[in-house]
Amino acid sequence: MTPVSSKLSTTERPDDNQFGVSPSRQLFGKVMTGLVFACVAISIIPLASILFMVITNGLGGFSPAIFTDLPPAAGMQGGGFRNAIVGTLLTCAIGAIISIPFGVLAAIYTVEFGQGNWISQLVRFCTNVLSGVPSIIAGLFAYGVVVLLTGGFSAVAGGAALSVLMLPTIIRTAEEGLKSVPKATRLAAVGIGATNFQTVTQIVLPAALPFVATGVTLAIARAAGETAPLLFTALFNQYDIKGLWEPTATLSVLIYNFAISPFPNQQKLAWVAALLIVLLILSISIFARLVSRRKVY
Amino acid sequence: MANTHTDREIVIKTDNVSIFYGAFQAVRNVFLDIPKNNVVSFIGPSGCGKSTLLRCYNRLNDLIPNAKVQGEITYRGTNLYDSKVDPVEVRRRIGMVFQQPNPFPKSIYDNVAFGLKIAGFTGNFDERVEQSLRKAALWEEVKDKLQQSGLSLSGGQQQRLCIARTIAVEPEVILMDEPCSALDPISTVQIENLIHELKDRFTIIIVTHNMQQAARVSDKTAFFNAEAGEGGSRFGYLVEYDDTRTIFGSPKEERTQEYISGRFG
Ligand SMILES: Nc1ncnc2c1ncn2[C@@H]1O[C@H](COP(=O)(O)OP(=O)(O)O)[C@@H](O)[C@H]1O
Ligand SMILES: [Mg+2]
Repeated sequence: MTPVSSKLSTTERPDDNQFGVSPSRQLFGKVMTGLVFACVAISIIPLASILFMVITNGLGGFSPAIFTDLPPAAGMQGGGFRNAIVGTLLTCAIGAIISIPFGVLAAIYTVEFGQGNWISQLVRFCTNVLSGVPSIIAGLFAYGVVVLLTGGFSAVAGGAALSVLMLPTIIRTAEEGLKSVPKATRLAAVGIGATNFQTVTQIVLPAALPFVATGVTLAIARAAGETAPLLFTALFNQYDIKGLWEPTATLSVLIYNFAISPFPNQQKLAWVAALLIVLLILSISIFARLVSRRKVY
Repeated sequence: MANTHTDREIVIKTDNVSIFYGAFQAVRNVFLDIPKNNVVSFIGPSGCGKSTLLRCYNRLNDLIPNAKVQGEITYRGTNLYDSKVDPVEVRRRIGMVFQQPNPFPKSIYDNVAFGLKIAGFTGNFDERVEQSLRKAALWEEVKDKLQQSGLSLSGGQQQRLCIARTIAVEPEVILMDEPCSALDPISTVQIENLIHELKDRFTIIIVTHNMQQAARVSDKTAFFNAEAGEGGSRFGYLVEYDDTRTIFGSPKEERTQEYISGRFG
């Protein structure tokens, strides 16, 4: 014992501090820290450059008109895209209205009642598969089920496509939220004579609500930017929609259409729409974080 | 309190009850009658099936998938495990207070009101909530913050809140599974005093690993023990059940004598 430590302190640590970090490890530590910082910086570049591009190109075109006017025809000046803003909000809302009940009920089944039986395992497996399905396939599904059956493109069909994309996130976060409620709390409710239904709806679900709300907002943030599934479900509309069963413009499809248009005015509007969508997603994500701070457990 | 309970009416009869978890027998052949308005304590080394038996009295064992009860537990003449008996109704008459305080993630007021709401109570909620909190000796401490979360209270206060929540629905029997084991000594004394007070209105069965506590709070004491059966698995059984004075003064069984004098367990 003694010979080893005395040898170390004399040969490698001239500052006679026997607990000092050896120079080679100090160097290694510095190199690794530098490497990690470099990786962090590189991974921030995409987001930062997207924000930079969108802001520099989009901010100039920002005007009240984009909220009040309809998209300009080819070659025309000015205009806005109030119909696309309405359409994006509308399709997202329809998607949420469809997917929230299904997702939350599925999570309630797997956590509260299925408890690892084959059905809940199947649900979990399907959720994982679904979250990996390309969004254009979700659009195809809505096309087959809603567009073909109802005889036309519509906001509802777009919402249905988005709901398929939102479902996995909602199921997962709802499951997480339900699992965060201790078993003892459920026992307490059952122990004073609550039925399963009362326990779930009045004790467990309220406690899990911040998780569910986080999941829903994250799912909406993802759906708000989707283009592919809307192309052949909600399609596009030059004008305001007058009913849920009509095709509708959306921000993402508007960007898709105008970005490849040869007219500078439309290209500029595409940048503005891109900025708007980024701001929308950013604020939804911030909202989600605020909600998730209110966790009970 | 000496001899009064011998002629009291019986609230719960435990008639040759055995309890299984799958193939494992946790409790074997228990006969035990609980008289009205008594405090009955269950003592014994851990793993002898005290909690298991207690949970059967309000059918909480139904939530454990492979638990099975043999024999008969009757509450006022009704077999609790009869197929026509609704376990939800049983639990409203026979309430449970758990080892770990487990208030709902709701306000103090709603913790107490929840049971009333689900039981379809139509009277004055404010009044009943206050009454229950007073009976649980918690009113003075919380009356100015009824809208605060029940989870914000201290452990001892939480446990008294859980007791208030249980007595709010006015069950006839209260089951308590080591209600003080997670609490500090001062809170423990408060809960013990509370049990004394509650005896007038409720029948109480309390599991405790603290023999002084059993001696202090209970009228009758049941001593359980665990023994290795054939095949080596341990099953719990009732060794002796008598007035608390007798159990701690002159027990009839040698095992009881050994346990209360601290020679094992
Ligand atoms: N949910 C359960 N599943 C299987 N075995 C259990 C379960 N709960 C308790 N047991 C077993 O039953 C026996 C009695 O346990 P318990 O009633 O908790 O004893 P005590 O409360 O007296 O300490 C123990 O051997 C324990 O391992
Ligand atoms: Mg126990």
